[in-house]
Formats: sequence, structure tokens, C-alpha cells
Amino acid sequence: MSQQAPIRESSISGSSVRRGDQIFRGITVGSGVIILLVMGAIAAFLLWKALPSFSNNSANFLTEKVWFPDQNPPKFGIAALAFGTVVAALFAMLIAVPVGIGTSLFISFYAPRRLAGAMAFLIDLLAAVPSIIFGLWGLQVLMPHMGGIAKWLSDYLGVIPIFKNDQELYTKSLFIAGVVLAIMVLPTISAISREVFKQVPRSHLEASLALGATRWEMIRMAVLPFGRAGVISAAMLGLGRALGETIAVAVILSALFDVNIHITEPGGNTFAANIALKWNEAGPNGLSALIASGLVLFIITLSVNAVARSIIARRKEFTE
Amino acid sequence: MKFTRSAVAAVAIASTLALSACASESASPSASGSAGSGLTGSLKASGSSAQKNAMQEWINAFQTTNSGVTIDYQANGSGAGIQDFNNSQTSFAGSDSALKPEEATAASTRCAGGTAINIPMVGGAIALAFNVAGVDSLTLNPKTAAGIFSGAITKWNDPAIAALNAGVTLPAATIAQFHRSDSSGTTDNFTKWLLATAPDAFAFAGGKDWVAPGGQGAKGSDGVAAGVSSTPNSIGYMELSFVMSKGLKAASIDNGGGAVEATSDNAAKTIAAATVKGTGNDLALNIDRKIADGSAYPVVLVTYEITCETGLAAADSALVKAFLTYTASDAAQGALAASGYVPITGDLLTKVRAAIAAIA
Repeated sequence: MSQQAPIRESSISGSSVRRGDQIFRGITVGSGVIILLVMGAIAAFLLWKALPSFSNNSANFLTEKVWFPDQNPPKFGIAALAFGTVVAALFAMLIAVPVGIGTSLFISFYAPRRLAGAMAFLIDLLAAVPSIIFGLWGLQVLMPHMGGIAKWLSDYLGVIPIFKNDQELYTKSLFIAGVVLAIMVLPTISAISREVFKQVPRSHLEASLALGATRWEMIRMAVLPFGRAGVISAAMLGLGRALGETIAVAVILSALFDVNIHITEPGGNTFAANIALKWNEAGPNGLSALIASGLVLFIITLSVNAVARSIIARRKEFTE
Repeated sequence: MKFTRSAVAAVAIASTLALSACASESASPSASGSAGSGLTGSLKASGSSAQKNAMQEWINAFQTTNSGVTIDYQANGSGAGIQDFNNSQTSFAGSDSALKPEEATAASTRCAGGTAINIPMVGGAIALAFNVAGVDSLTLNPKTAAGIFSGAITKWNDPAIAALNAGVTLPAATIAQFHRSDSSGTTDNFTKWLLATAPDAFAFAGGKDWVAPGGQGAKGSDGVAAGVSSTPNSIGYMELSFVMSKGLKAASIDNGGGAVEATSDNAAKTIAAATVKGTGNDLALNIDRKIADGSAYPVVLVTYEITCETGLAAADSALVKAFLTYTASDAAQGALAASGYVPITGDLLTKVRAAIAAIA
């Protein structure tokens, strides 16, 4: 995963540029430009369609918690959506990152070779399950069994406000959505971490073992520092999916417009789920307001990625 | 792999047979043209998902008798359906509510100066399905329903519920209330009923989005039905067809004239008693949600077909007219009850047929 400085033509000896080189160069430049154009077009579309709803909103778009874009005067805001989106995604990362790293370490360093291959295959298969399946499974299979855990958290860890549950209802919560999201992003994190750990130079591993390190010490001193940047970027890719996941969350959550820090209680809503739930019946201003919320999600995702890039860039100085 | 000569011959014969079968099939409509209508073409429509299953059955039946016609009804929601219609992408829209004034303006532009009309076509009953062990029948009135769905009544053995259900042993359990988390005409009509009949007990805004606090939201009537059937001591509102398909029990409603069971027949009486508020052939309805007839189930919704009285392209107009004439026929309306819908009956049906006859 360590990024190498791109090789420029000047560094290759020989000045004559062949036709094939030119064509290939054109293709790669074209591909790069297309990505930028697509991103630009999405941003422009969101901004263009969102503008009408900004101008007639009678509430503060950023702090209002209710969503009545089609009433007169329109009144809507993203506070509850932003809260739910971030909480569900962070909670998912809290579970998925340690488990994902653990799985990939097990596959890379502990598992017998045959088991490792099968496990890696199974985890990659998890990524191919459609999200509606995760949603329905979460709703019908996982949720009935999560009540006990949520109740235990509330009873014994209730001093921590986020686990407190005053309603004695433990279903359709951000907690359950977070667990399902964690399972959904696990393959992304695990697969990339595995590739990163594979890149650790064999000499580093052998050197640490030769110095008398146990396997755990080898992982702690040679593997994890080397793979840190890659693992962070794996986590960020996973976070991107968790932030944008739509239908699984829409099926599970109780979808209340409320900022409730008790995450085991029914409720919560996310940007993407709200768009899916409201789009079909929205009036003209409602559509515009939903796109405005999509614009916010777009900005949040972009900034998360930017932060991740900067972390990786800074870490690189230490690892290389 | 080796192909034997006989296998090749068999394939050749089979494909010849298939080809001739195709040929005879495509020839048959013109041969039996006198029996059918001779209509050809395709018709696009979209909108309300509440009438999706009724539309599906009607389209199948209509296409069987008029094999030259293809009809496509996309159940993408009432709001999206009206948008599609106003953008001239479809020839009629299915909607859970009649056109609002601002939508009507856009619709008459789409009708090239003609009027867009609302034609009530498919009725529905909104049932309060419950899942309480040991309770087989339950009666609620507007006040207790509003109390349950606003969070004021939290226990099944609340005195207000017990007073309506003499002889029924109600548990001391907490009520788990389910509502829709997505925007829907079902929520709109249910809250309209609560606001009309128990405004003191339900102090929240109505509309397509559920806004009262508490309870649990689920996506779609199927989501609510699944929630109720899997959660003990629960109650939720949903279209009658989901009560039937999930094998749930629905509460009887006492609107003041005695408890009325949630059945298609009882709901049809409320819809037949509705008054027309539209003018001319626009049959937008005013439903009397306070109806206190001892045999009329009051929590109903009516879905409309919205199309142009005049102003559609001639080919589209003929198809819309033929299809809606069929859907308003006794055969088509009579088939509704079996799938959990509510037919349009009586004088209203006569008006519906007159409005369709005027489409040009």
C-alpha cells in the first residue's frame, strides 16, 4: 500500500516517445479527467437542485430537527439526520475496525494456510451480499436477539448516558443499525488490512522473531506500525460506506426526527435512509430539501476522506 | 462434444414448430378482432403504491381481453406519480389524495388547456391490527385510538380501553405502537380520521409523515405488519389487505354508532357516503370521517386515477378511456374485496362511469 513517487517519462532513458505510449497516456489522463468531471457534475447537480429549498426554508437548515419541507411555510433541518448518520457510522466503526484488523491478523499470521484461504474467501463473499438482505436479516433475525444485549447494556452500563434506555423498548434503534453497518463494512476493512499486512517485508518479521519477540510482539512492533496508514485508509473506506448506506438502515431504523443520545432506544434517522423513505411522496420543495440533505452528506463524506488523506500523509513520514 | 445428425434434425424441427407457434399467436388477435376491442398501443401510468395490487390484477385481465395493448403501472408513490403525469411521462397517475391547487395548475398545463380530473377508483380500509395474547376481539373509539397513537395511553388495561371492551381480559402490558416511517397516504388518511374525530386527544399535525413521538416506525405497510406480528402487545395501522395476508386481527372501531368491524363491505359504505367536492367531472371526494353509522367502517382511504378530461393525445385518450371503463365495471370493482380493497359503489360509481365516458 505504500505509495511510490510516480515515474515520469524523463526518468526513463530514451527520448523518442512511441505511439503506444502516447495512446496509453491519453487513456489514463482521460480516465482521471472523467473522475473529476463526474464528481464536479454530482456536486453541481446537488447544489442546483438544492438551491430552491434553501431560499424558502423558514427554519435554520443546520440546527432545525424537524422535516416539513412541503408545508407552508416550509420548515426543515438536518440536525437529527446529521446526528443519526454520524452516531450510527461511528458506532459501526467502533465494532468493525478492531474486529476487521483482528480477522486480517488471524488470517495473515495465525490461521493454518488452508483455513486462511477459506476464511479470506468467506469474508470477501460478505461484501457481495446486497444491502437489502443485510437490512431484512438485521430486522427479522438480528433484532429479536439484540434486545437482551441492549437491555444488559442499559441495566449495567446505564451510567454511561448513551446506553441508558428509559423506554424499555430495545428495537429499531441506532444501536442495532450500527451493528448491522459494522457487519456490512467488515469485509472492506478486513480485505484491505489483509493486503496491507501482506506487504510487510519478510525481513522485518524474521528480524523481530530472531531478536526473541513472541508472535504478538512481532505484530505489535513490525506489522502494525508498517500497516498503520493502510489500515486507516481501510477504515475510511469502510466509514464512507457506513455513512452512505441507505436501504438497510431505512428498513431497520424507527426514523424519528430527534436527537436522542440513548442509542438503544427506538429512533434515529440518517441522511441516506431519510431520502429513501421520503422521496416517493415528496412534493417539489420536498425533493429539493432531500437533495439539499444529500449535498450535506456529500460534503461530510468528502471532508472525512480529506481528513483521512491528511492523516495518512502525516503518518507516512514515520513509516517510510 | 459431437452433434449427431438426428439431434440437429430435432433442433431444426423444434425451431420450426416454435416459429409457427409464434406466427399463429400473432395472427390470432386480428382473427378474433371482432370479439376484442381492436385496441392497440401501450399505456404508461405511475403513482400510488396503495393501489398497486388492484392495478396489477386489472392490467392482467385487461391485457388478456385486449391483447394488442400493454399497460405499465409503476407503483413509485403518489407524489412521484403526479410529477410523472405533469411532466407528460404518463397518461394517468394513481394518487392517494386528489390534486392540490398548485398541482392542479401544473396538471391543466399538461392537459393542454383541458381540465385534469380526479376519479376515485380504488378504496381501502385502514385497519388497526393488534397482537395481544388472549385477546381475540378489540373495540376502540377515536379517543382511545388517538390516546394510544399519541402516547397518552400506554397500557393495554387502561380504563379507557377496558370501558369499551367489557368481558375482554386485557393484560397489564405496555402497548408497543407501530407507525409508518416512510411518507404515505395511509398515514395521511389515518391522521385525518384522528384529527376529525378526536382533535382534543391527538394534538399533532396530520399529513403523510408520522410526527407524534413514541412508538416505532417501520417502512411500508408490510414493515408495520411484520412489526406487529413479531412483537407481543403491539398495535399498528395498515391497509386491510396486510391484515388478511399476515393473518392478524383488526380492531373494530366505534365512531359513535356502535362497534364496526374492519371489513371491505363496511368500509365501502363510508366511501359511498362521501360527498363530491370537485366540480363537473372532477370527483375529488370529501369523506365523512365522523360517520356514526353502525355498519360503516370509518377509517378509509380512497385512491384516485388522475387524468385529463380533454387534452391527452388522441391515441392515449382512447386507451385511458377503455382501461378506466373496464376498471369501473362491475366485474373489476367486484374483484377488489377479495384482495383486501374496498370497491366504489352506489351513486358514486355511477358518477365515476359518467366522468370516464366524458374523457375525450
